[in-house]
Amino acid sequence: MDRKIGRWVAADVVVLVFGLFPVLWIISLSLKTPATVADGRLIPSEFSFDNYSGIFKEGVFTDALRNSIGIALISTLIAVAIAALAAYAIARLEFPGKSLILLSALAIAMFPPISIVGPLYKVWASVGLYDTWLGLIIPYMTFTLPLAIYTLSAFFREIPWELEQAAQVDGATPAQAFRKIIMPLAAPGIFTTMILVFIFAWNDFVFAVSLTSTSAAQTVPAAISQFPGASQFQQPTGSIAAAAVIVTIPIIIMVLLFQRRIVAGLTAGAVKG
Amino acid sequence: MSDTTTTPTTTGTDFEKARKKHVSERARAERRLGLMLITPAAIVMAAVTAYPILYAVWLSLQRSDLRFPADSEFVGLRNYITVLSSSLWWSDLGRTVLITVVSVSIELVLGMLLALVMHRALVGRGLVRTASLIPYGIVTVVAAFAWRLAFSKADGGFVPVLFGWETDPLTETWPTIGIAILAEVWKTTPFMALLLLAGLSLVPDELHEAARVDGATAWQRFWKITIPLMKIPILVALLFRTLDAFRIFDSIYILSNTGQNRDVETVSILGYNQLLNQLNLGLGSAISVLIFICVAIIAVFFIKGFGLQTTGERS
Repeated sequence: MDRKIGRWVAADVVVLVFGLFPVLWIISLSLKTPATVADGRLIPSEFSFDNYSGIFKEGVFTDALRNSIGIALISTLIAVAIAALAAYAIARLEFPGKSLILLSALAIAMFPPISIVGPLYKVWASVGLYDTWLGLIIPYMTFTLPLAIYTLSAFFREIPWELEQAAQVDGATPAQAFRKIIMPLAAPGIFTTMILVFIFAWNDFVFAVSLTSTSAAQTVPAAISQFPGASQFQQPTGSIAAAAVIVTIPIIIMVLLFQRRIVAGLTAGAVKG
Repeated sequence: MSDTTTTPTTTGTDFEKARKKHVSERARAERRLGLMLITPAAIVMAAVTAYPILYAVWLSLQRSDLRFPADSEFVGLRNYITVLSSSLWWSDLGRTVLITVVSVSIELVLGMLLALVMHRALVGRGLVRTASLIPYGIVTVVAAFAWRLAFSKADGGFVPVLFGWETDPLTETWPTIGIAILAEVWKTTPFMALLLLAGLSLVPDELHEAARVDGATAWQRFWKITIPLMKIPILVALLFRTLDAFRIFDSIYILSNTGQNRDVETVSILGYNQLLNQLNLGLGSAISVLIFICVAIIAVFFIKGFGLQTTGERS
């Protein structure tokens, strides 16, 4: 038994190193001083927060951070609201076209975003959506709908809906039954879906780099990819590393707090058939 | 489409007639509500994917260069002929397929190992799950930068120092592609593992127990019980990851110096450069449509070829 445990501990350590090493490396890099950032050492010889104060002093990063947060949150709220209606119908109602909507959702999950970047660019430029928040929110909510619909309908199928009627028999109004019985049961699934959708929107690069150009709507991934150096001869390595750490913090917090939910959400939407 | 009333067809009494009428009215109301509830999702999905892809098809048949807007005209399939007869498209396609096949194969093996650890580990299961969700959640651009800054000699990465490399791997083609594959594998193995984990939990423990009693080794049990029962989850995971890997963009963009290094270009980068740097919407759209067709072929290949049934309700 001891040997068995030893083997699992070894496996755990391998996974931890595999998962965390690149993150630890970028954190280490972000803490180097501008003079030593390119010294090729794994651990900084001297620690400093200059890179962080640097990126927060310049407008480029703070604007991008504001755009990222705003766009990801709004896309998440709209996508989950629309998906919740559809998922409720799919989980609870019989209607024609149900398999069609599931099939279209699946097709969109497989859809290559690069295929519609050109048309979107052209249409957005002519209707004034290019380089705006809405110009990114629209594709984000579309591309997260399949994930949201599948995950939510998997969760909604598990809810014991009879309780709603039982509550009404006991004298609750339909609104009360919904608010007091169904909402608390549905909330975990909705919350999980929101996390997954948020991660998608927070992550996107193809649309961000194609449909924005200035700090009006550029998100952090797009902004980092175009960071200028402090001078023409200086690589922006330190700033990139610091910005990379900042955008990773929300992800790490979500993962630490909601590990169970994220795993449940991803696996719930995944197994079908 | 499907008539969903479940009432018996023999209606002898008035009572049954009334009941049938009632049920079908309810069924109709249910249909109406169902259609109403899916309408917003259906409209958004159609408006933002179906319409643009049709527009892309139309653009791909035009000479449409935003630098010379006056020159636009219908040119039929000429853009497709230009793309398909250029060696650039074929070398980019070959490279994309290579990256896809190599990274998805490695991910399948590592993902299965990771899923087994997540599923069976006696200690630290939660810790392992948390640690592996970090690559899943991390921004792809950030992950690509982490690898680039580790390997690049010019950016002061520790890897060349550690191994005493003379040259910068990011200035050479194959090492750069290798790093792109490494970045891809690191980022997406956890996702693969989670999809496989869902499948692993469907394999009943009793089967393993019975086989163990009959003297089967762990290796035999894995190949004879786990793998056959997990055929569908494995194929679903492979399908999703293959399509995703084929669209590879972010990490190549970062590793190829904002898409400028043509030696490591993939089809998505080629399309992006034509559309948004050259502003050649006609040619770029032809590439976009071809990528769309490739993705459709991969999907059909998996669904038909392996008899994968991915839609429909849960049984």
